[in-house]
Amino acid sequence: MTALQWIGALAVLLVVFPIVVILLREVLAAVSSIVPSVRSLADVTAAASKDLDATALLLTTEDQVKQTVAGVAGYGGSLDTIIDDAE
Amino acid sequence: MSGQAIVLVIGVVLIIAALVVFLLAVIMRLRTITKGLDVVIGNVGEILQKTAPVNEVVGSINSQLDAGVDLLEGLLVKKAGLPDAVGLVDGLYPGAAAAGFRSIPEAAAVVPPRIGEVYTKGTLTLARLGREAPIAAGNPAGFPLRDVESGSLQARLLYPEIRQSRPERMPRSPVIGTDSPEQYERRDDIGEPRKHMPGQSAGGAA
Repeated sequence: MTALQWIGALAVLLVVFPIVVILLREVLAAVSSIVPSVRSLADVTAAASKDLDATALLLTTEDQVKQTVAGVAGYGGSLDTIIDDAE
Repeated sequence: MSGQAIVLVIGVVLIIAALVVFLLAVIMRLRTITKGLDVVIGNVGEILQKTAPVNEVVGSINSQLDAGVDLLEGLLVKKAGLPDAVGLVDGLYPGAAAAGFRSIPEAAAVVPPRIGEVYTKGTLTLARLGREAPIAAGNPAGFPLRDVESGSLQARLLYPEIRQSRPERMPRSPVIGTDSPEQYERRDDIGEPRKHMPGQSAGGAA
């Protein structure tokens, strides 16, 4: 019985403890590898958000396109008057 | 306490200590990750907010451009006729005739004529646009018609600058005429019948 108790105690100290340490180190390494990815993700999203500041200019583009098409329509009307139709 | 119990207690204490140390480290990393994800979520929210009106605006722009395309295609077909319009577009953008016109589906079935057949009409159209269109009279560079009286300066400037524009006064050459300083006597044979007709030998043995 005493021998079995010694085996059990030594197994806890020499087998279970190293296995627990190895598993915990792997978990810590995996969690640590996420940190730089999250940081780079934050940088990328910040840059993407900054790049999209120009989307407000789409409203100006819309107005410009409306004016341009209106000008083209007026010019087309003049052309329609000036140039003869095909036979 | 027996030796086995002491070894067992030491093992358990070491395991608990390792759990505490590593789990604390994991907790610190997870907190860092949480802060980073908070930043990401904020940025993604900004992106969503900034891109929300894009669909509506781009749709409006596309509808405006579609109207412009329909207008120009219709005008081109009306003025040049469908075959020549297709040929003109295919001449400008080779292969575009296969797609046809957006508002005129039957244009895709038209065999585009050779560009040489519509070239004259296109040139006339461009010439009329540049020289006769009243809208071009407002050109800030001046009236679109070329000055036919003194419009050769631009062409002369293509050559070396010797006497195109400066010096403006150079000796006249050649010096001929009644006011030239060198006067010659009029030859007597001018106006007389020719002594030798062209194509005949000097001896007259034809």
